Amino acid sequence: MSATNVVPQQQFERETYLNKVYGMWSWLLTTDHKRIALLYLISITFFFFIGGFFALLIRLELLTPAGDLVQADTYNKLFTQHGMVMVFFFLIPSIPAVLGNFLVPMMIGAKDLAFPRINLLSWYLYIIGGVIMLHCMMTGGVDTGWTFYVPFSTNYTNTKFVEAGIAIFIAGFSSILTGLNFVVTIHRMRAPGMTWSRLPLFIWAHYATSIIQLLGTPVIAITIVLVACERALHLGIFDPRLGGDPLLFQHLFWFYSHPAVYIMILPSMGVVTEIIPCFSRKRIFGYSFVAFSSIAIAVFGFLVWAHHMFVAGMSVYAGLVFSFLSYAVAVPSAIKVFNWTATLYKGSIHYDAPMLYAFGFLGLFTIGGLTGLFLAALGINVHVTDTYFVVAHFHYIMVGGAVMGYLGGIHFWWPKISGKLYPEGWARLAALIVFLGFNLTFFPQFVLGYMGMPRRYWDYSHMPEFQVLNVLSTAGATVLGVGYLLPMIYLLWSMRYGKPASDNPWNAAGLEWKTSSPPPTDNFKEEPVVTWEAYNYEELDAPPQALEVPVG
Amino acid sequence: MADHSVSAHSKSSPLKLYFGVWATLLLLTYVTYRVAFLELGPFNSVVALVIAAIKATLVALFFMHVWRAGEKFIKAVILTSLFFLLLLLGLTMADYMTRPWS
Repeated sequence: MSATNVVPQQQFERETYLNKVYGMWSWLLTTDHKRIALLYLISITFFFFIGGFFALLIRLELLTPAGDLVQADTYNKLFTQHGMVMVFFFLIPSIPAVLGNFLVPMMIGAKDLAFPRINLLSWYLYIIGGVIMLHCMMTGGVDTGWTFYVPFSTNYTNTKFVEAGIAIFIAGFSSILTGLNFVVTIHRMRAPGMTWSRLPLFIWAHYATSIIQLLGTPVIAITIVLVACERALHLGIFDPRLGGDPLLFQHLFWFYSHPAVYIMILPSMGVVTEIIPCFSRKRIFGYSFVAFSSIAIAVFGFLVWAHHMFVAGMSVYAGLVFSFLSYAVAVPSAIKVFNWTATLYKGSIHYDAPMLYAFGFLGLFTIGGLTGLFLAALGINVHVTDTYFVVAHFHYIMVGGAVMGYLGGIHFWWPKISGKLYPEGWARLAALIVFLGFNLTFFPQFVLGYMGMPRRYWDYSHMPEFQVLNVLSTAGATVLGVGYLLPMIYLLWSMRYGKPASDNPWNAAGLEWKTSSPPPTDNFKEEPVVTWEAYNYEELDAPPQALEVPVG
Repeated sequence: MADHSVSAHSKSSPLKLYFGVWATLLLLTYVTYRVAFLELGPFNSVVALVIAAIKATLVALFFMHVWRAGEKFIKAVILTSLFFLLLLLGLTMADYMTRPWS
């Protein structure tokens, strides 16, 4: 073991990926995976706050039963654009394109991804898609809902659906390229000794995610093309008057869009799987179960899409099949949750901010997942379809799960990314505010939905008894907004004023911690050779003399 | 197509093969077009789908270099893609074939 903490204080500044070259073009034309990760970080944060702004307007409208803040048409555009921006321009690229880009090569001991230029291309595609989406929103917007179901999107809406479709189509290719890069990198560029069973589980999670991105995203791309063709040329793929079938659209749409949920949650699970062993100072419980449950989720995730269509006119037989399969996908998720909790057992638990986010993830993902099982049951599904129960359920997965994991990961690796420590007290406070604000926002929506409040309604003045819960939810959204603004402020602050981070401030396992913070452009001074298992925290924490005995 | 750079690759010049495959694809497209005017009942779709499948196979084998691909990984990727296509079609058919009104 090389002692990393005996490096003398250097008078000159060490060369890192951040200070090697300067200037705008050194960023915009970079092929360094770490710089591209930062480009993504800035861009998705921008879209996160745009999507959040729409969410805030939605919640403000629902503060009162009458539709009095915006027009009905505007409200339709608000929830559509909230969904499209958050799903396609924040959640799907969030962890893979930022943390994955930064960490996948470092965790496996590589200098960069397999295709650095394709990596840069993926960011440009994302930006092109994003600019088209922004243009679409600023010049009239789109009101189809993020699901753009036919026949509304093909025959009736007079808003800019095709433009939004093009934006999503292009952003989809950005996602495919990221997935392609990860698959090839993980297969081809592992350091000597980094066998599959020694890979960090973050890598396994990203491998599973990449499979979904590669196999699923082309289906949404072709679906968008078909809708656009149907709209422009009246092809008759979805229109029953021309021999088409509107349900075919839902089959195609959800064949991607259900696995897309796993694109969002699997990387988040990967982050949590890194954080929990580190702050419990224990090896992960059941390494291979956690690894293969990621792959199982990726595969089973493709078998459950029609549970979004139980009341859409699908056959009862297909409903039974998909209901059963949806229960099956809960098994690997549950395996993960049990393994994380078993890792905590008798661990030496530290309550640092990343761990608080991981705890938040555990609880909220579990609630989100279990309510998913409610929804997978045919009878309950009929009762709560298109109500706020569904809205609450998927926000528990996407916000409570995916965003919690994302924030936890950003905090965990912030010293590595920026070379600075974030203020721990503020970070713990923010984690607490996010957790409280999140529950205050979305738990009332479970109750509202079960009472029968439909989603996507702008006016509920015929049911004034819904107002109390809606006020709670809007109040929670405000708290949640503060919880999201805080990290942005103190992380930016820490880039200038934060204390310099050591190479491994958490004393964490993993190759990314064995290089300097921030890392040099080539990640490692020399190619690492791996001789240890992942998560060897017992060895890391062993008293130093125990390690030196054989040498002396 | 820059024909002088073809021999840079180790495999024998594939240009003739590529044009041959291209001609076959065009021919099959023409066949599809002509068959569409014959009254074959339910077999119109069957014939069209079979021809389309042959064309897709040709593209994968020759233009995507699956023919003679030595690596198991490439074959695994192809098989996985086919498997997922089967899932999409098969499970969608689980709905269509069992609808009471169809």
